[in-house]
Amino acid sequence: MTDNIRVLVAKPGLDGHDRGAKVVAGALRDAGMEVIYTGLRQTPEMIAEAAVQEDVDVVALSILSGAHMTIFPRVMDLLRERGVDHMLLTGGGIIPKSDGDELAKLGVGKLFGPGTSTRDIIAYINEEVARRRVADEI
Amino acid sequence: MKLLDRFLDGDRIALSRVITLLENDRNRRSAILDRLYPRSGNARRIGITGPPGSGKSTLTDRLTKQLRISGRTVGIIAVDPTSPFTGGALLGDRLRMQGSWDDPQVFLRSLADRSHTGGLSEATPHAMTALDAFGKDVIIVETVGVGQSTLDVSDVSDTTVVLLTPESGDSIQAMKAGLMEIADVLVVNKADREGADRFAAELRTIVDLGRWEEGWKPPVLSVSARDNTGMDGLYEKLDAHGDYLAGEGRLRRRRMRQGRSAIEKALGEMWRGRLTKLRDADCTMDRLSERVARREIHPLAAAGELMDELSV
Ligand SMILES: Nc1nc2c(ncn2[C@@H]2O[C@H](COP(=O)(O)OP(=O)(O)OP(=O)(O)O)[C@@H](O)[C@H]2O)c(=O)[nH]1
Ligand SMILES: [Mg+2]
Repeated sequence: MTDNIRVLVAKPGLDGHDRGAKVVAGALRDAGMEVIYTGLRQTPEMIAEAAVQEDVDVVALSILSGAHMTIFPRVMDLLRERGVDHMLLTGGGIIPKSDGDELAKLGVGKLFGPGTSTRDIIAYINEEVARRRVADEI
Repeated sequence: MKLLDRFLDGDRIALSRVITLLENDRNRRSAILDRLYPRSGNARRIGITGPPGSGKSTLTDRLTKQLRISGRTVGIIAVDPTSPFTGGALLGDRLRMQGSWDDPQVFLRSLADRSHTGGLSEATPHAMTALDAFGKDVIIVETVGVGQSTLDVSDVSDTTVVLLTPESGDSIQAMKAGLMEIADVLVVNKADREGADRFAAELRTIVDLGRWEEGWKPPVLSVSARDNTGMDGLYEKLDAHGDYLAGEGRLRRRRMRQGRSAIEKALGEMWRGRLTKLRDADCTMDRLSERVARREIHPLAAAGELMDELSV
């Protein structure tokens, strides 16, 4: 397992509650990860900014509003703009397979539907981060 | 361009990466500090400590805005505890520090304490050096919510602010935790709640009875970080303490004391590293003795191998 995996967990959009996001955040913490939790009502810009300053390996978004086709591409663009698109952008929500496929073409990672076991999410993150980590020359 | 060149060029992404390396990459930590340390030392460092939930993040957010109004750039390190059972951490300080999220002159990094005691992580002072070398005018460090533990924050800040709340109640508790000794400024937060005045008066009595440095008696202020009341008084006291330190070589003396303690800590770390190596060497010793007995290697060559393993 990769050491000290850092994950940003955010809940974009104006809708609803962050119960799901909190459950995932807690599960990732229990799996030994360092989870930066930024809570509700995060704009894509806030998410990208936080991702940069926190130098996370993973950006995980919980989107229940149905706005996934606008939010994921926007966050992906902002990460790319900042040159940090090595970060894994993933998340959960009610996302039809065809939408997921389209987002994958933009570089978005696997997306998880409601009721996914957190164990699957953890395994996926571990695997992806091990693959994506870059070594810096100082 | 290599990472540190980008850093010195003012690239925020590089700053962020450098902090990660200072945290994770023990082998290259020293080489990174070789470049950064000489460029640090110009920032004013403010430490914020206090019990869990006393409002440290909320207050830091307000203070950051105020500093920006006065034209100063700000770097923040916010530390939260690592779970001793899983090694994971939930870093929630950012949740209450979103007032300046779109200000490019504010950089906020959350760090897990990685089970280091004292309210800060081992890498926190190095991360502060990075922010300092990057050119931040003021560095604020928020500790883990401390109950009763040794307190490192006064080793890394010019001014230490201790935050208490009326319900953290008992000022005796704060004394026991050693919070009174390290406070340059005492703040009773959540003054919008009952009992704040009485509590502040109690704290003043304790300060009066205690010992303090010539020329600076820690003031006790009541504020509500949430409602933004009483905060001007705090800003004034912070500036006043800055002025106080500037006089008569006080800041230099304080930083010398901190330098000594930083060296001692680094020595402790190195020594721990050496001990781990000795333990590993013990295994090698077993393996080598067996090979010497079997005449596969002679004692001098075996000793040479051990020496190689032990040299740091
Ligand atoms: N009533 C009142 N509540 C406040 C005040 N300042 C902060 N709070 C609330 O206290 C809670 C904790 O605030 P934080 O700023 O997260 O406290 P903290 O000391 O950073 O907490 P930890 O980092 O977890 O130790 C939040 O619900 C805040 O809204 C205040 O002045 N008055
Ligand atoms: Mg906090």
